[in-house]
Amino acid sequence: MKKKDVINYINVFLFLLPALALFIFILIAPIFKSLYYSFFDWNGMTDMTFVGIDNYKELFTSKPIYFWKSLGNACLLAALSVFIQLPISLGFALILGRGIKGERPFLSIYFMPVLISTVVIGQLWLKIYNPDYGLLTVALQKMGFADLCKPWLGDERTALMCVFIPTLWQYVGYHMLLLYAGVKGVSPDIREAARIDGASESQVNRYIVIPSIKPILKVSVIFAVTGSLKSYDLIYVLTPSGGPKHCTEVPSTRLFEMLISRNRYGMGSAIAVVMIILCFAFALMISQAFKERDIYGK
Amino acid sequence: MASDTRREHAVEKVGARKIIIYVILVLWALLNLFPVYWMFTFSLKTNEEIFGKNLIGLPWDWKWSNYASAWNTGHMPLYFLNSVVVSVCAIALVIISSMMATYAITRLEWRFSRHVNAFFMLGLTIPIHASIVPIYVTLKNMGLTNTYFALIFPYAAFSLAMGILICTGFMVEIPKELDEAARIDGCGPWKTFGVVILPLMKPAVATISIYSFLQCWNELMFANIFNSDGKYRTLPVGVQQLSGQYTTEWGPIGAALVIATFPMLIVYIFMSKKIQESFVVGAVKG
Repeated sequence: MKKKDVINYINVFLFLLPALALFIFILIAPIFKSLYYSFFDWNGMTDMTFVGIDNYKELFTSKPIYFWKSLGNACLLAALSVFIQLPISLGFALILGRGIKGERPFLSIYFMPVLISTVVIGQLWLKIYNPDYGLLTVALQKMGFADLCKPWLGDERTALMCVFIPTLWQYVGYHMLLLYAGVKGVSPDIREAARIDGASESQVNRYIVIPSIKPILKVSVIFAVTGSLKSYDLIYVLTPSGGPKHCTEVPSTRLFEMLISRNRYGMGSAIAVVMIILCFAFALMISQAFKERDIYGK
Repeated sequence: MASDTRREHAVEKVGARKIIIYVILVLWALLNLFPVYWMFTFSLKTNEEIFGKNLIGLPWDWKWSNYASAWNTGHMPLYFLNSVVVSVCAIALVIISSMMATYAITRLEWRFSRHVNAFFMLGLTIPIHASIVPIYVTLKNMGLTNTYFALIFPYAAFSLAMGILICTGFMVEIPKELDEAARIDGCGPWKTFGVVILPLMKPAVATISIYSFLQCWNELMFANIFNSDGKYRTLPVGVQQLSGQYTTEWGPIGAALVIATFPMLIVYIFMSKKIQESFVVGAVKG
């Protein structure tokens, strides 16, 4: 190697150093460490005891861990997100992206909840759901449905849905914004040509706009699914202890409990590992699903 | 004649459709605005008004003392300061490290630049849960839980991939001839970076700052685990604890919520387009 090359590589290394250090120490190394911890029984203080895959066994077989329940809830949230939240977002994106009067203000208003801290949103919804003075309760009473009222977040049958509604509501604007950017990217000429050929607005959307925003649609679906698997904030704020009979648990809340309340670091790591694997697996599967569509046509 | 009536029908149909669309748009807008409106109004009300007499109207007496009690007894200034310190330091760290890394990846010539870039882009998909336990253990062993460091470095690390992605978008737009000219004038890579490239990257700085600020300001899980007690709570954790204390007094809680939210909303009012762009840039390119 020439001297000049060596200097060049030293420079490259120095330029990369801060980013690499942050990245390796805080993102990459911990993934392997998590995997390593997950094979141990450890309370963070005393010696670690190697237990093999016992943590995983317990995770998937022991009922008091509530892991299946939490996974089921996360999957339900993912499904609701893909089949309810995304269509709403797509609808608004198509309407606004076509260019109508008031496009900008509507867009800005719809995106606003994304910027507000989830703790704030959660506190507001706690007040909406309050069984004595909450808006929902009072509204129902005023309309004469007082007997429908219940402690929304304290009742096993309603708690999960009450937690999911704000979660879905808050991020409609986020997906809408992504899809809107895609819709705006569709050339107006193609749109115009289709209109001249006699296509209706909904035909233009179906055959031209939606197929051409597929890459963004894919990203949106991946974000919706992995975001649901990882969801934590709103659920923690609305039902801090996992809800009545653990009915609102998700993997993140289990992770939090194992780590903070029970000092079970090995088990916490096992949950983290399962979550990482699921997130990557779903992201890959979704990418694959979108690819196949392309090969075999619409 | 016949064609005339048909056209009239068509016009009517389009008109009706338009009205329905606007009704839906306005209803959804109200659904998004209402919680914020409600928060502002109940932060200025007495319990009496909130609990039935004046549920959703404007406050009768504007009870500013709610803000005073949130501000004085609820430690809001401290939480606010903590959030500012953590966010600003994390943003600075992201900007410096992603600018430097992007410069090495896009402007310097070496063999593995593509691989290193792909490696960084992994960061876009890694969930924070992946590192929570090990970081917590490390922080605890080093006695760094409940410090600013406990949040600054993880926040910076998790915004880094997006920072590099955004920087790359802006940096490839800068013509290579500038580097060439700087080199002929005798500038080494560091001088070229500092004098030629950095001044041209101001728009990237803005976009990255906005993106990272939103991530840091609202983050709950790390903040809740790493800095749960003591003087280093950030706003989300602080507000959460505060509302645990004031379960029966809604006014001061409302005030605390407003204090935690208004910086964001003010920034949004003035920079809505820029903020939206910073969210889109990653998803569209990535």
